[in-house]
Amino acid sequence: MAKNDLIIRVAGEGGEGIISTGDFIAAACARAGLEVYTFKTFPAEIRGGYAMYQIRTSPDRVYNQGDTFDVFCAFNGEAYEANKHLLTPGTAFVYDYPGGDFEPDAIPEGVHAYPIPMSKTAKEMKSYRSKNMVAMGALSVLFNISEVTLKQVLTKKFGKKGEEILNFNLQAFEKGRELALALNKTDAWRVADPAPPKDVIVISGNDAAGLGALLGGLEFFAAYPITPATEIAKYVATHLPKLGGTLVQAEDEIASIGQVLGASYAGKRSMTSTSGPGLALMTEMLGMASMSETPVMLVNVQRGGPSTGLPTKHEQSDLFLALHGAHGDAARIVLSVEDVKDCIDMTVDALNLAEEYQSPVILLSDGSLAFSTQTVPRPKPGDFKIVRRKMWDGEGTYKRYAITDDGISPMVDPGTPGGMHIATGLEHTETGAPSFKGEVHEQMLDKRFDKIKPLVDRYHPAEVDGEGEADVGIITWGSTIGVAREAVARLRAEGYKVKGFYPKLMWPMQVAQYEAFGATCKKILVPEVNYQGQLSHFIRAETSLNPIPFTIYSGMPFTPIQMIDKVKEIL
Amino acid sequence: MSVAALHKVDLKPRDYKSEVNVVWCPGCGYHGILNSIYRALSELGVDSSNLMSISGIGCSSRTPYFIKSYKMHTLHGRAGPVATGAQLARPDLAVLVTGGDGDGYSIGGGHMPHMARKNVNLTYVLYDNHIYGLTKGQYSPTSRPELKAYTTPYGGPDEPLNPLLYMLTYGATYVAQGFAGKPQLCAELIKGALEHKGFSYVHILSQCPTFNNIDTVEYYRDLVKEVPEGHDVTNLGAAMELARREEKDPTPIGLLYQINKPTLDERLAEIVKKVGGHAGYDINKIIDLARP
Repeated sequence: MAKNDLIIRVAGEGGEGIISTGDFIAAACARAGLEVYTFKTFPAEIRGGYAMYQIRTSPDRVYNQGDTFDVFCAFNGEAYEANKHLLTPGTAFVYDYPGGDFEPDAIPEGVHAYPIPMSKTAKEMKSYRSKNMVAMGALSVLFNISEVTLKQVLTKKFGKKGEEILNFNLQAFEKGRELALALNKTDAWRVADPAPPKDVIVISGNDAAGLGALLGGLEFFAAYPITPATEIAKYVATHLPKLGGTLVQAEDEIASIGQVLGASYAGKRSMTSTSGPGLALMTEMLGMASMSETPVMLVNVQRGGPSTGLPTKHEQSDLFLALHGAHGDAARIVLSVEDVKDCIDMTVDALNLAEEYQSPVILLSDGSLAFSTQTVPRPKPGDFKIVRRKMWDGEGTYKRYAITDDGISPMVDPGTPGGMHIATGLEHTETGAPSFKGEVHEQMLDKRFDKIKPLVDRYHPAEVDGEGEADVGIITWGSTIGVAREAVARLRAEGYKVKGFYPKLMWPMQVAQYEAFGATCKKILVPEVNYQGQLSHFIRAETSLNPIPFTIYSGMPFTPIQMIDKVKEIL
Repeated sequence: MSVAALHKVDLKPRDYKSEVNVVWCPGCGYHGILNSIYRALSELGVDSSNLMSISGIGCSSRTPYFIKSYKMHTLHGRAGPVATGAQLARPDLAVLVTGGDGDGYSIGGGHMPHMARKNVNLTYVLYDNHIYGLTKGQYSPTSRPELKAYTTPYGGPDEPLNPLLYMLTYGATYVAQGFAGKPQLCAELIKGALEHKGFSYVHILSQCPTFNNIDTVEYYRDLVKEVPEGHDVTNLGAAMELARREEKDPTPIGLLYQINKPTLDERLAEIVKKVGGHAGYDINKIIDLARP
């Protein structure tokens, strides 16, 4: 893959404007017609601690955060210490000096160093908060970040706060530009030149899930705060009232999923969002949703676990819990997103599937997508199909759990004369009457599992990346797909025979598609960010394939080069 | 909820009986409570299809099966949240939660305060027999320490909670207590609760002839004392004073407290009004906020 993209990492103390600096640069690049993929880490603490924001931008689509940075901007000594081992020959290094809180070691051979007195300049302007504006001005000069679009973005942001604040920030930005212009640029890194603007939005995975909920016709949302999923609830709380609905903050996750179940029984399209610990608490109610065939949808943004684990870190370790976390045989549908665009589209899908199949649906996202902002084609509301639940036609005697050809029984809204019935967690007959007879349990378990089976063919097939025979086939899921796409492309460009297989429907599993893919590959590699190799486990259990697990679990996503090296190793 | 707003029908108490046979033991106080519910529904003329009857798990949580209505038999302790969701989804319908002392105050104890303080517009009738019946007789959060039960063969190690004080403290807007041995009073209190706009809580003391041999009908008869004439139900302090008791003190039956406050569904509707929300709002305006 041609290196036509640039990766800029900005790091410093949380609260120094690291995040807003990254957001401004990302928005400016998007305005300049470029694609953007951002990645950030931040401390679990409320204030302070190390914060990092990485922007990858290119004229072409960007699928992941990249191998490492090309340009590193250090706001403080801690950021420098955390990243100095990555200052390899060819990288560019912008840092707060003189007047900052650190003096770097001798600059390594081949590293292009640009000292910018960010703190000192901000101090002279009598506003420490303008430090990031100085840095941004310098970065824009050094690396060809469009001055025009950056100023547009700053104007959009600060214009609302009044001319004085806007002008002050623009002055600081200009100071940064002057400081950089005085330096001699020795590297060749530059953001691609502006292209004609595209019709895009720039949005984080969590906000995108919230937007997807609105586009999917959501009517009721209950949630309990949890990192890293809370932004979904915030988005919905902010915007759903405009459409006539409201968010309810429940007392805990048991209550939030309970409220969702109750609202859905009463006829509303309902969902919640959570992360691993919350999903663990919800499992009993998901069983109730399965048993009572009540549509419920939840987005689970995975984080490092178990227990409280690593709340702000990335992991893909809730697959076991999502697929089979239940007592008894509890049927459910599980989807997993690859990127921010999926967070929109598949939230709509998940709401539709819950209604159509009268089943719990879990949509898996992960920590790296939660806060990753990406350019996404602007969604058009008319493009989203809203599927409604099958409703009783009012004819004859109503049976809530009537045996039907497709296993899906018509529902009826409370308030409808003649439709009275019970939704129950007890095993039951077609009318909902409790029954513990063996044949009833068999019939109803068959019904609950059979009704979702056709989904393996009805849902989008897993994408196959590449054609023909391959020496190594990569099967992966979640945001790791974006890394695999680049790894596969780069390996192929080097002449390796590599393919990719990217499932988004995790359960029921599209077994025949896995088998067909596996038949074209000599070896199957399954990279995933968890200790146990959770997808590998399911592939072994459900298919005849014998995958090689490739697990990492440092709280960080894969990089393309990690995957490339591994493929070469197993060849 | 205030059922006054609902479509009225003319039905006898027995017309609210479902086709499911009542499974409680002979002599259980719950038979009387169920009849009081039928009577209250009949007197109010509630249309069965406008009622959602929701419960958790336990003997008393079987109640929805015996009432003609829309109904949910949910998880142990979780009737409250499920009912909250159902009520918010359909604020135009009546919601009746029924459950026991273990379901409500032990496993479901995390939810009770929030239904009360949020003033969720539903009626909660809690059948309190001071024991777990369905699991064959274990001590509950309202059991007296002297109860020798399945898992407390030498008596209980902890003090019972005071449900009335609890509900008053957490801000329930209708708090009443009845006794299964006084079905007429229970019917009146349940009727008042169903008419009340907001979270209405009716606590009903009951014997469990099968597993609880100390909290008998005779014990309750001596224990209960009607709320005195002239008690001001809008006076929280006076209600708390009536509810506050040492073990040997009488416990009040009747209506202790009732005030009018905005309900959760009203407050949520207020938010929509504040932002000028409506179903026809152009979602494109929301999408465009994410333009760079």
